[in-house]
Amino acid sequence: MMEKFTIHTGHAVPLRRSNVDTDQIIPAEYLKRVSRTGFADGLFAGWRDDPGFVLNRPEYADATILVAGPDFGTGSSREHAVWALRDHGFRAVLSPRFGDIFRNNALKGGLLPVCLPQPAVEVLWAAVEADPGLPVTVDLRAREVRIGQRFWPFPIDDFSRWRLLEGLDDIDLTLRHDTAIGEYEQRRRHPWLPRTRVV
Amino acid sequence: MAQTLAEKVWEAHVVRRADGEPDLLYIDLHLLHEVTSPQAFDGLRTAGRKVRRTDLTIATEDHNTPTDNLLRIADPISRTQIDTLRRNCAEFGIRLHPLGDAEQGVVHVIGPQLGLTQPGMTVVCGDSHTSTHGAFGALAFGIGTSEVEHVLATQTLPQARPRTMAVNAIGALAPGITAKDLILALISQVGTGGGQGYVVEYRGEAFRSLSMEGRMTVCNMSIEWGAKAGMIAPDDTTFGYLEGRPHAPAGREWEQALDYWRGLPTDPAARFDREVAIDASAVTPFVTWGTNPGQGAPLSAAVPNPSEFSDPAERNAAERALEYMALRPGTPLREVGIDVVFVGSCTNGRIEDLRAAADVIRGRTVADGVRMMVVPGSARVREQAEREGLDQVFLRAGAEWRFAGCSMCLGMNPDKLSAGARSASTSNRNFEGRQGRGGRTHLVSPPVAAATAVAGHLASPADL
Ligand code: SF4
Repeated sequence: MMEKFTIHTGHAVPLRRSNVDTDQIIPAEYLKRVSRTGFADGLFAGWRDDPGFVLNRPEYADATILVAGPDFGTGSSREHAVWALRDHGFRAVLSPRFGDIFRNNALKGGLLPVCLPQPAVEVLWAAVEADPGLPVTVDLRAREVRIGQRFWPFPIDDFSRWRLLEGLDDIDLTLRHDTAIGEYEQRRRHPWLPRTRVV
Repeated sequence: MAQTLAEKVWEAHVVRRADGEPDLLYIDLHLLHEVTSPQAFDGLRTAGRKVRRTDLTIATEDHNTPTDNLLRIADPISRTQIDTLRRNCAEFGIRLHPLGDAEQGVVHVIGPQLGLTQPGMTVVCGDSHTSTHGAFGALAFGIGTSEVEHVLATQTLPQARPRTMAVNAIGALAPGITAKDLILALISQVGTGGGQGYVVEYRGEAFRSLSMEGRMTVCNMSIEWGAKAGMIAPDDTTFGYLEGRPHAPAGREWEQALDYWRGLPTDPAARFDREVAIDASAVTPFVTWGTNPGQGAPLSAAVPNPSEFSDPAERNAAERALEYMALRPGTPLREVGIDVVFVGSCTNGRIEDLRAAADVIRGRTVADGVRMMVVPGSARVREQAEREGLDQVFLRAGAEWRFAGCSMCLGMNPDKLSAGARSASTSNRNFEGRQGRGGRTHLVSPPVAAATAVAGHLASPADL
C-alpha cells in the first residue's frame, strides 16, 4: 500500500542549485543498508558539514517542501534518494525539471515531484527566503501550488495522479491484468530468446 | 506505417494498452545487483509474492565488492548487503554470479558478454547505466527499487510512451579518437538535460563504424544527458559479437533470430520527434573540467571562464564547479595535474578499453606520485586480458592490476578517491564526491587515461 497524497501545506526550503544529482542527495557510501528507512543521515551528506548550507539553518528545520533548481534528481537510479528525502520529512519537491528515474521513484514513494517553470521557482525562492514561515500548499487535487493569493498550476498525468490520490499499489494494479500477461507470454516466445536458467 | 527501431521494440512488448494509462510492457531480461534489490525482495516477502520469471532474471555482485581480493569483505555493513543478495537469490531461485565466480563482474559488462543481451529485447536493471545494453538494439533502461520489485513480481512495467530522438553523426571520427570522446563531446553540446523524455537512436557513420565495445560506451552515457534509453541499430558488427556467446542462439534458431533482428532497424520513412546533429569529424580528445558530464571541453582547450556562459543557471553551475574542482579559468587543461588514474567501469572496462590503455602505456612508466588502477569490468575480461599479457604491461608500468567490480567508479566499496585528490577516470560521472567525498573527477577515454598516468597531468597519447 502506498501512502496517499492529496493536499499538503508546510514550510518550504529554497535550494538554489541546479543539477542536484542523486549522488548529492545521498552519496554511495550511505547506500549499504538493506531496509527502506534510516537514510536521513545520508541526505545531502557532502554539504551538511557546511553550517551555511540551507538545510542546516534552524529556520528551515521543519520544512516539508524542497524547492530546487532545474535537473533535480539526475544520475543514479538509487531510490534511496527518495527514501532519504522522506526520512527527513519532505513530502514534495518542486523543480523546473527532474531526472526521469528519480521522478518515477518519487511517485512510488509518496514524495510528490512537482514540475514548475523556472520563474515560479524564483518567486517561491524569494518568498520563502523573505519569510521562512510562509505556508506553501501543494494541492494534487487541483494540480496547483499556492502561497497566499498566488498560485501556479503544474502538470501531472491522470494515471499517476489517481494512483497517488488513492494510495494504490502498482503491483496490485498490474496483477489485475495477470491473464493478459500470461497470454502475452504464450503469444510471444521467440524460440531464440535467452533464458538465464532452466526451470 | 514506418517505424523507428525504438517503436518496433516497444510495440512488440506491449502486454496491454488502455486509454489514459501507461502501456504495460513485458520485460525480457532483468539484471540484479546487491545495492538496489534488498528492499525489493523484502517487499515480495511481505506480500507473499514469488519471482514470476526466474529464468529471465540474473544477479551479480559488483558495486560493493572489493577489488583487491576475492574472499574478504572487510566492512560488516557491506558484507551484510552482499549476504542479503546471496540469501535472496537462494530463497527465490535466482542465478547469481558472486564475488570470485568466473562470470562475476559489473552487471552491464556481464549481460552482453554472456550473450544475454540481444537485439529487440527489453532489458531493465535497478541501475541507471542499463542504457548500455541499447548498443545491441535492445530497449534498455534503469529503474528504481520499487520498479525492481514490480518486475520481479510481474515481469512487466507500466511505462508511458517516450518520444524518439535521432542523434545524427556527420562524418567519421579521426584516427585515435574514441567512442568516449564522441559521447563526451555530444553531452557538452546538448547539455545534461538535453535527452530528457526521449529514447535516443545514435545514427550515422561515426556510430556505425564503432565496435560493440565502443557502442556500449556511447549508449552507457545516454543517461548522462537525461535520455530514457540510447540505442544503435543491430548490424553485422552486432551479430558478429553475439555469435557463439553462451546464451546466443545457435543453428536454426540463429538463422531465425537473424531474420528477426534484420527487420529491427528504423524504416527509411520513419520520423523522429526530434533530431540533433554532431560533427564527428571535428571531435578531438575530450575531457571534463566540471562536476557534471556536460561540463567538458577538448583537451587542447583551457578551463572556461564562467562569465562566458550566457545562461545564469549554467554560469552559476560553472562557478560552483570550478570552486569544487579547484581550477582557475584560463588554465590549459593539459596543465591540470592528476593524482589517480582509474581505468575501468561499465563505460570503459571492457577488453578493447584495456587494450587501448595498454597500447599507450606499453614500455612506459606511471609518473611519480601518480596512482594508476586498472580494474577489468568482469572476471572474464580480466582472464582475457591476462591471456593477452595486458596485466604484465600494466604491472611493469607501475599500475595496479585489480579484480573486477565497479571499484572507484563510485565511492562505495573500499576503492575511494580521497578528499582533495584529483582523478582522470574512464567512468561516467564526475559529480561532486562521486568517487569519494571531496574527490575531484575528470572524465576521460582509456588512451587519455593512460597518457595522463605517464605524463602526470591530463594528456593524450600524442603528447607523450
Ligand atoms: S561501473 Fe559505475 S556506473 Fe557502472 S554499474 Fe558500477 S557503479 Fe554504476
